[in-house]
Amino acid sequence: MKTDDLIELLVKDSAPWRFRSVLAWAVAGGIVIAAILFFAGIGFRPDISEAVHSNRFLFKFIVTVSLAVTAIWVALSVGRPDGSLAQRGLALSIAPVLLAGAAVVELLVLPESQWTPHLVGRNARLCLTLIPLLSIGPLACLLAALRGGAPSSPGLAGAVAGLAASGIAATFYAANCTDDSALFVMTWYPIATLIVTTAGYLVGRKLLRW
Amino acid sequence: MTGDAGAYRQLLASLAPHVRAVARSRCRSLGAPENEVEDLVQEVLLTIHLKRGTWDQSRPIGPWVAAITRNRLIDVLRRRGRHIIVPIEDFEDSLQAENPTPELSTRDIDSLLGQLKPQQREIVRSISLNGSSIRETADRLHITEGAVRVTLHRALKALSVFYRSSGARED
Repeated sequence: MKTDDLIELLVKDSAPWRFRSVLAWAVAGGIVIAAILFFAGIGFRPDISEAVHSNRFLFKFIVTVSLAVTAIWVALSVGRPDGSLAQRGLALSIAPVLLAGAAVVELLVLPESQWTPHLVGRNARLCLTLIPLLSIGPLACLLAALRGGAPSSPGLAGAVAGLAASGIAATFYAANCTDDSALFVMTWYPIATLIVTTAGYLVGRKLLRW
Repeated sequence: MTGDAGAYRQLLASLAPHVRAVARSRCRSLGAPENEVEDLVQEVLLTIHLKRGTWDQSRPIGPWVAAITRNRLIDVLRRRGRHIIVPIEDFEDSLQAENPTPELSTRDIDSLLGQLKPQQREIVRSISLNGSSIRETADRLHITEGAVRVTLHRALKALSVFYRSSGARED
Protein backbone atom coordinates (compact mmCIF):
# COMPACT_ATOMS: atom_id res chain seq x y z
CA MET A 1 0.00 0.00 0.00
CA LYS A 2 1.24 3.49 -0.73
CA THR A 3 1.70 5.81 2.18
CA ASP A 4 -0.55 8.36 0.49
CA ASP A 5 -3.30 5.74 0.34
CA LEU A 6 -2.88 5.07 4.02
CA ILE A 7 -3.09 8.79 4.76
CA GLU A 8 -6.32 8.92 2.77
CA LEU A 9 -7.64 6.11 4.92
CA LEU A 10 -6.68 7.91 8.14
CA VAL A 11 -8.22 11.18 6.98
CA LYS A 12 -11.56 9.40 6.46
CA ASP A 13 -11.47 8.34 10.11
CA SER A 14 -10.73 11.78 11.45
CA ALA A 15 -13.38 12.32 14.12
CA PRO A 16 -11.54 14.42 16.69
CA TRP A 17 -11.16 13.29 20.30
CA ARG A 18 -9.27 14.65 23.25
CA PHE A 19 -7.40 12.68 25.86
CA ARG A 20 -8.37 15.29 28.44
CA SER A 21 -12.09 14.56 27.97
CA VAL A 22 -11.57 10.81 28.01
CA LEU A 23 -9.74 11.11 31.32
CA ALA A 24 -12.44 13.41 32.70
CA TRP A 25 -15.12 10.85 31.86
CA ALA A 26 -13.05 8.13 33.49
CA VAL A 27 -12.75 10.18 36.68
CA ALA A 28 -16.51 10.79 36.69
CA GLY A 29 -17.20 7.09 36.09
CA GLY A 30 -14.80 6.07 38.82
CA ILE A 31 -16.40 8.44 41.33
CA VAL A 32 -19.88 7.12 40.51
CA ILE A 33 -18.79 3.49 40.96
CA ALA A 34 -17.05 4.27 44.25
CA ALA A 35 -20.10 6.23 45.43
CA ILE A 36 -22.46 3.36 44.65
CA LEU A 37 -20.23 0.94 46.53
CA PHE A 38 -19.91 3.40 49.42
CA PHE A 39 -23.62 4.08 49.88
CA ALA A 40 -24.64 0.46 49.27
CA GLY A 41 -21.93 -1.02 51.46
CA ILE A 42 -20.83 1.26 54.29
CA GLY A 43 -22.37 4.75 54.15
CA PHE A 44 -21.57 7.73 56.39
CA ARG A 45 -20.44 7.20 59.95
CA PRO A 46 -23.35 7.35 62.42
CA ASP A 47 -22.28 10.67 63.98
CA ILE A 48 -21.74 12.44 60.67
CA SER A 49 -23.81 15.48 61.67
CA GLU A 50 -21.49 16.24 64.58
CA ALA A 51 -18.36 15.16 62.74
CA VAL A 52 -18.73 17.84 60.09
CA HIS A 53 -18.01 20.42 62.80
CA SER A 54 -14.71 18.79 63.67
CA ASN A 55 -11.58 20.18 62.03
CA ARG A 56 -9.83 16.85 62.32
CA PHE A 57 -12.62 15.17 60.35
CA LEU A 58 -12.67 17.86 57.67
CA PHE A 59 -8.92 17.90 57.31
CA LYS A 60 -8.98 14.26 56.15
CA PHE A 61 -10.83 15.42 53.06
CA ILE A 62 -8.35 18.16 52.34
CA VAL A 63 -5.65 15.51 52.24
CA THR A 64 -7.55 12.89 50.23
CA VAL A 65 -9.04 15.33 47.75
CA SER A 66 -5.68 16.97 47.14
CA LEU A 67 -4.17 13.53 46.51
CA ALA A 68 -6.92 12.74 43.98
CA VAL A 69 -6.76 16.11 42.23
CA THR A 70 -2.98 16.27 41.96
CA ALA A 71 -2.70 12.65 40.79
CA ILE A 72 -5.36 13.19 38.11
CA TRP A 73 -3.53 16.31 36.98
CA VAL A 74 -0.26 14.36 36.79
CA ALA A 75 -2.00 11.49 34.97
CA LEU A 76 -3.02 13.96 32.29
CA SER A 77 0.67 14.58 31.68
CA VAL A 78 2.15 11.08 32.03
CA GLY A 79 -0.63 9.69 29.83
CA ARG A 80 0.85 11.52 26.85
CA PRO A 81 3.82 10.31 24.81
CA ASP A 82 5.78 13.51 25.41
CA GLY A 83 4.85 13.69 29.09
CA SER A 84 7.07 12.87 32.03
CA LEU A 85 6.93 12.92 35.79
CA ALA A 86 9.36 15.84 35.80
CA GLN A 87 6.71 18.16 34.34
CA ARG A 88 4.12 17.92 37.09
CA GLY A 89 5.36 15.28 39.52
CA LEU A 90 6.18 17.79 42.24
CA ALA A 91 2.44 18.38 42.73
CA LEU A 92 2.21 14.88 44.16
CA SER A 93 4.05 16.07 47.25
CA ILE A 94 1.18 18.41 48.25
CA ALA A 95 -0.95 15.76 49.97
CA PRO A 96 1.95 14.14 51.91
CA VAL A 97 3.25 17.55 53.03
CA LEU A 98 -0.21 18.63 54.24
CA LEU A 99 -0.59 15.37 56.10
CA ALA A 100 2.87 15.52 57.63
CA GLY A 101 2.20 19.07 58.80
CA ALA A 102 -1.06 17.99 60.43
CA ALA A 103 0.69 15.07 62.10
CA VAL A 104 3.27 17.41 63.62
CA VAL A 105 0.48 19.63 64.96
CA GLU A 106 -1.24 16.55 66.35
CA LEU A 107 1.95 15.51 68.15
CA LEU A 108 2.22 19.00 69.65
CA VAL A 109 -1.36 19.23 70.91
CA LEU A 110 -1.82 15.66 72.12
CA PRO A 111 -0.27 14.43 75.38
CA GLU A 112 2.31 11.76 74.75
CA SER A 113 0.17 9.06 76.32
CA GLN A 114 -2.43 9.67 73.61
CA TRP A 115 -0.07 9.26 70.66
CA THR A 116 -0.21 5.49 70.36
CA PRO A 117 -3.99 5.11 70.78
CA HIS A 118 -4.59 7.79 68.16
CA LEU A 119 -2.11 6.27 65.78
CA VAL A 120 -3.40 2.70 66.11
CA GLY A 121 -7.04 3.79 66.11
CA ARG A 122 -9.86 1.28 65.87
CA ASN A 123 -10.34 0.88 62.14
CA ALA A 124 -6.91 0.08 60.77
CA ARG A 125 -7.98 -3.21 59.26
CA LEU A 126 -11.10 -1.67 57.71
CA CYS A 127 -9.00 1.15 56.30
CA LEU A 128 -6.60 -1.26 54.65
CA THR A 129 -9.48 -3.28 53.19
CA LEU A 130 -12.02 -0.65 52.21
CA ILE A 131 -9.74 1.88 50.51
CA PRO A 132 -8.36 -0.74 48.07
CA LEU A 133 -11.89 -2.13 47.53
CA LEU A 134 -13.39 1.30 46.82
CA SER A 135 -10.53 2.13 44.50
CA ILE A 136 -11.04 -0.83 42.15
CA GLY A 137 -13.72 0.97 40.11
CA PRO A 138 -11.82 4.27 39.77
CA LEU A 139 -8.58 2.43 38.98
CA ALA A 140 -10.25 0.39 36.24
CA CYS A 141 -11.78 3.51 34.70
CA LEU A 142 -8.51 5.43 34.81
CA LEU A 143 -6.50 2.57 33.33
CA ALA A 144 -9.04 2.23 30.53
CA ALA A 145 -8.67 5.94 29.76
CA LEU A 146 -4.87 5.74 29.85
CA ARG A 147 -5.02 2.81 27.47
CA GLY A 148 -6.56 5.18 24.96
CA GLY A 149 -3.73 7.56 25.73
CA ALA A 150 -0.09 6.96 24.96
CA PRO A 151 1.85 6.96 28.23
CA SER A 152 5.57 7.53 27.88
CA SER A 153 6.11 5.07 30.70
CA PRO A 154 3.32 2.48 31.14
CA GLY A 155 4.27 1.43 34.67
CA LEU A 156 4.51 5.01 35.89
CA ALA A 157 1.16 5.94 34.34
CA GLY A 158 -0.43 2.91 36.02
CA ALA A 159 1.04 3.91 39.37
CA VAL A 160 -0.23 7.49 39.03
CA ALA A 161 -3.67 6.08 38.16
CA GLY A 162 -3.38 4.05 41.37
CA LEU A 163 -2.64 7.21 43.38
CA ALA A 164 -5.63 8.99 41.87
CA ALA A 165 -7.88 6.00 42.51
CA SER A 166 -6.69 5.85 46.14
CA GLY A 167 -7.43 9.53 46.54
CA ILE A 168 -11.00 9.04 45.31
CA ALA A 169 -11.50 5.89 47.40
CA ALA A 170 -9.99 7.45 50.53
CA THR A 171 -12.27 10.48 50.20
CA PHE A 172 -15.28 8.19 50.46
CA TYR A 173 -13.76 5.99 53.14
CA ALA A 174 -12.87 9.02 55.27
CA ALA A 175 -16.58 9.84 55.51
CA ASN A 176 -17.18 6.43 57.06
CA CYS A 177 -14.15 6.08 59.31
CA THR A 178 -14.35 7.41 62.87
CA ASP A 179 -10.58 7.68 63.31
CA ASP A 180 -9.84 11.32 62.53
CA SER A 181 -6.40 11.82 64.02
CA ALA A 182 -3.73 12.85 61.55
CA LEU A 183 -1.55 10.21 63.23
CA PHE A 184 -3.99 7.51 62.15
CA VAL A 185 -4.35 8.92 58.66
CA MET A 186 -0.62 9.29 58.26
CA THR A 187 -0.04 5.67 59.29
CA TRP A 188 -2.75 3.68 57.56
CA TYR A 189 -3.93 5.65 54.54
CA PRO A 190 -0.48 5.59 52.91
CA ILE A 191 -0.28 1.80 53.32
CA ALA A 192 -3.65 1.42 51.60
CA THR A 193 -2.51 3.88 48.92
CA LEU A 194 0.68 1.92 48.43
CA ILE A 195 -1.31 -1.28 47.82
CA VAL A 196 -3.44 0.40 45.15
CA THR A 197 -0.50 2.20 43.58
CA THR A 198 1.50 -1.02 43.34
CA ALA A 199 -1.48 -2.73 41.71
CA GLY A 200 -1.76 0.17 39.27
CA TYR A 201 1.93 -0.07 38.46
CA LEU A 202 1.83 -3.82 37.84
CA VAL A 203 -1.31 -3.74 35.72
CA GLY A 204 -0.21 -0.58 33.92
CA ARG A 205 3.14 -2.01 32.97
CA LYS A 206 1.35 -4.77 31.04
CA LEU A 207 -1.82 -3.07 29.92
CA LEU A 208 -0.66 0.41 28.97
CA ARG A 209 1.97 -0.50 26.40
CA TRP A 210 1.23 0.83 22.97
CA MET B 1 -6.84 17.19 14.29
CA THR B 2 -9.89 19.31 14.82
CA GLY B 3 -11.98 17.46 12.27
CA ASP B 4 -10.93 19.43 9.18
CA ALA B 5 -10.07 16.66 6.73
CA GLY B 6 -8.05 18.85 4.38
CA ALA B 7 -5.86 20.25 7.13
CA TYR B 8 -5.44 16.81 8.65
CA ARG B 9 -4.36 15.32 5.31
CA GLN B 10 -1.84 18.11 4.93
CA LEU B 11 -0.51 17.55 8.43
CA LEU B 12 -0.02 13.81 7.93
CA ALA B 13 1.56 14.36 4.52
CA SER B 14 3.98 16.89 5.98
CA LEU B 15 4.90 14.61 8.88
CA ALA B 16 5.60 11.61 6.65
CA PRO B 17 8.96 12.84 5.27
CA HIS B 18 10.26 13.55 8.80
CA VAL B 19 9.22 10.15 10.04
CA ARG B 20 10.72 8.59 6.91
CA ALA B 21 14.06 10.30 7.50
CA VAL B 22 14.22 9.05 11.08
CA ALA B 23 13.15 5.55 10.09
CA ARG B 24 15.67 5.42 7.27
CA SER B 25 18.61 6.46 9.40
CA ARG B 26 17.55 4.03 12.12
CA CYS B 27 17.23 1.17 9.64
CA ARG B 28 20.60 2.02 8.17
CA SER B 29 22.39 2.11 11.48
CA LEU B 30 20.94 -1.28 12.33
CA GLY B 31 21.49 -2.80 8.94
CA ALA B 32 17.82 -3.40 8.34
CA PRO B 33 16.86 -3.59 4.69
CA GLU B 34 15.86 -0.32 3.07
CA ASN B 35 12.55 -1.75 1.99
CA GLU B 36 11.35 -1.88 5.60
CA VAL B 37 11.51 1.88 5.92
CA GLU B 38 8.08 2.52 4.47
CA ASP B 39 6.53 -0.16 6.68
CA LEU B 40 7.88 1.76 9.65
CA VAL B 41 6.59 5.05 8.29
CA GLN B 42 3.12 3.61 7.85
CA GLU B 43 3.06 2.08 11.28
CA VAL B 44 4.12 5.38 12.85
CA LEU B 45 1.50 7.33 10.89
CA LEU B 46 -1.18 4.88 11.96
CA THR B 47 -0.13 5.32 15.60
CA ILE B 48 -0.05 9.10 15.27
CA HIS B 49 -3.58 8.86 13.93
CA LEU B 50 -4.94 6.57 16.65
CA LYS B 51 -3.26 8.58 19.41
CA ARG B 52 -4.02 12.02 17.95
CA GLY B 53 -6.15 12.94 20.97
CA THR B 54 -3.07 12.88 23.21
CA TRP B 55 -1.53 15.89 21.52
CA ASP B 56 -1.94 18.83 23.88
CA GLN B 57 -2.57 21.65 21.43
CA SER B 58 -1.05 24.21 23.76
CA ARG B 59 2.29 22.47 23.24
CA PRO B 60 4.40 22.18 20.08
CA ILE B 61 3.62 19.14 17.93
CA GLY B 62 7.28 18.29 17.20
CA PRO B 63 8.19 16.62 20.50
CA TRP B 64 4.88 14.78 20.47
CA VAL B 65 5.50 13.32 17.00
CA ALA B 66 9.09 12.53 17.96
CA ALA B 67 7.94 10.69 21.08
CA ILE B 68 5.45 8.59 19.14
CA THR B 69 7.98 7.85 16.42
CA ARG B 70 10.58 6.82 18.98
CA ASN B 71 8.12 4.54 20.76
CA ARG B 72 7.11 2.75 17.58
CA LEU B 73 10.65 2.45 16.25
CA ILE B 74 11.91 0.99 19.50
CA ASP B 75 9.10 -1.52 19.49
CA VAL B 76 9.56 -2.43 15.85
CA LEU B 77 13.31 -2.79 16.12
CA ARG B 78 12.94 -4.80 19.30
CA ARG B 79 10.61 -7.30 17.72
CA ARG B 80 12.65 -7.55 14.56
CA GLY B 81 15.96 -7.29 16.35
CA ARG B 82 16.70 -10.92 16.00
CA HIS B 83 16.37 -10.84 12.26
CA ILE B 84 18.32 -7.73 11.46
CA ILE B 85 21.60 -8.17 13.23
CA VAL B 86 23.50 -8.70 10.01
CA PRO B 87 26.74 -7.09 8.88
CA ILE B 88 26.04 -3.91 6.97
CA GLU B 89 28.19 -5.09 4.04
CA ASP B 90 25.51 -7.60 3.17
CA PHE B 91 23.17 -4.77 2.38
CA GLU B 92 25.43 -2.39 0.59
CA ASP B 93 23.90 -3.26 -2.75
CA SER B 94 20.37 -2.81 -1.61
CA LEU B 95 21.25 0.38 0.25
CA GLN B 96 22.76 1.89 -2.84
CA ALA B 97 19.98 0.79 -5.14
CA GLU B 98 17.30 3.41 -4.74
CA ASN B 99 13.92 1.93 -4.12
CA PRO B 100 11.98 2.69 -7.31
CA THR B 101 8.74 3.46 -5.48
CA PRO B 102 10.00 4.57 -2.11
CA GLU B 103 6.59 5.29 -0.69
CA LEU B 104 5.27 1.80 -1.20
CA SER B 105 5.30 -0.55 1.74
CA THR B 106 6.63 -3.92 0.80
CA ARG B 107 4.76 -6.39 2.85
CA ASP B 108 3.62 -5.43 6.26
CA ILE B 109 0.39 -3.58 5.90
CA ASP B 110 -0.70 -5.63 2.93
CA SER B 111 -0.19 -8.92 4.70
CA LEU B 112 -1.85 -7.48 7.80
CA LEU B 113 -4.87 -6.45 5.74
CA GLY B 114 -5.35 -10.15 5.11
CA GLN B 115 -5.97 -10.65 8.82
CA LEU B 116 -8.87 -8.20 8.93
CA LYS B 117 -12.46 -9.36 8.90
CA PRO B 118 -13.82 -9.53 5.34
CA GLN B 119 -15.96 -6.42 5.62
CA GLN B 120 -13.19 -4.42 7.30
CA ARG B 121 -10.84 -5.43 4.51
CA GLU B 122 -13.40 -4.56 1.85
CA ILE B 123 -13.89 -1.09 3.28
CA VAL B 124 -10.16 -0.44 3.74
CA ARG B 125 -9.49 -1.50 0.15
CA SER B 126 -12.37 0.52 -1.17
CA ILE B 127 -11.20 3.74 0.48
CA SER B 128 -7.42 3.40 0.26
CA LEU B 129 -6.82 1.60 -3.03
CA ASN B 130 -9.86 2.66 -5.02
CA GLY B 131 -10.01 6.10 -3.45
CA SER B 132 -13.74 5.89 -2.81
CA SER B 133 -15.42 8.20 -0.35
CA ILE B 134 -17.28 6.98 2.71
CA ARG B 135 -20.59 7.56 0.91
CA GLU B 136 -19.61 5.72 -2.26
CA THR B 137 -18.40 2.80 -0.19
CA ALA B 138 -21.62 2.78 1.79
CA ASP B 139 -23.75 2.85 -1.36
CA ARG B 140 -21.82 0.07 -2.99
CA LEU B 141 -21.96 -2.21 0.06
CA HIS B 142 -25.57 -1.25 0.85
CA ILE B 143 -24.79 -0.19 4.40
CA THR B 144 -25.05 3.17 6.15
CA GLU B 145 -22.24 5.73 6.18
CA GLY B 146 -22.13 5.40 9.95
CA ALA B 147 -21.49 1.68 9.62
CA VAL B 148 -18.65 2.36 7.17
CA ARG B 149 -17.10 4.82 9.62
CA VAL B 150 -17.36 2.45 12.56
CA THR B 151 -15.96 -0.46 10.54
CA LEU B 152 -13.11 1.68 9.23
CA HIS B 153 -12.21 2.82 12.72
CA ARG B 154 -12.25 -0.74 14.06
CA ALA B 155 -10.15 -1.88 11.11
CA LEU B 156 -7.50 0.75 11.85
CA LYS B 157 -7.38 -0.21 15.51
CA ALA B 158 -7.11 -3.87 14.54
CA LEU B 159 -4.28 -3.09 12.12
CA SER B 160 -2.37 -1.36 14.89
CA VAL B 161 -2.78 -4.42 17.11
CA PHE B 162 -1.64 -6.70 14.27
CA TYR B 163 1.43 -4.53 13.76
CA ARG B 164 2.42 -4.92 17.36
CA SER B 165 2.09 -8.70 17.28
CA SER B 166 3.44 -9.23 13.79
CA GLY B 167 6.61 -11.14 13.19
CA ALA B 168 7.13 -10.70 16.85
CA ARG B 169 7.63 -12.30 20.10
CA GLU B 170 8.51 -15.75 19.12
CA ASP B 171 10.14 -15.78 22.51
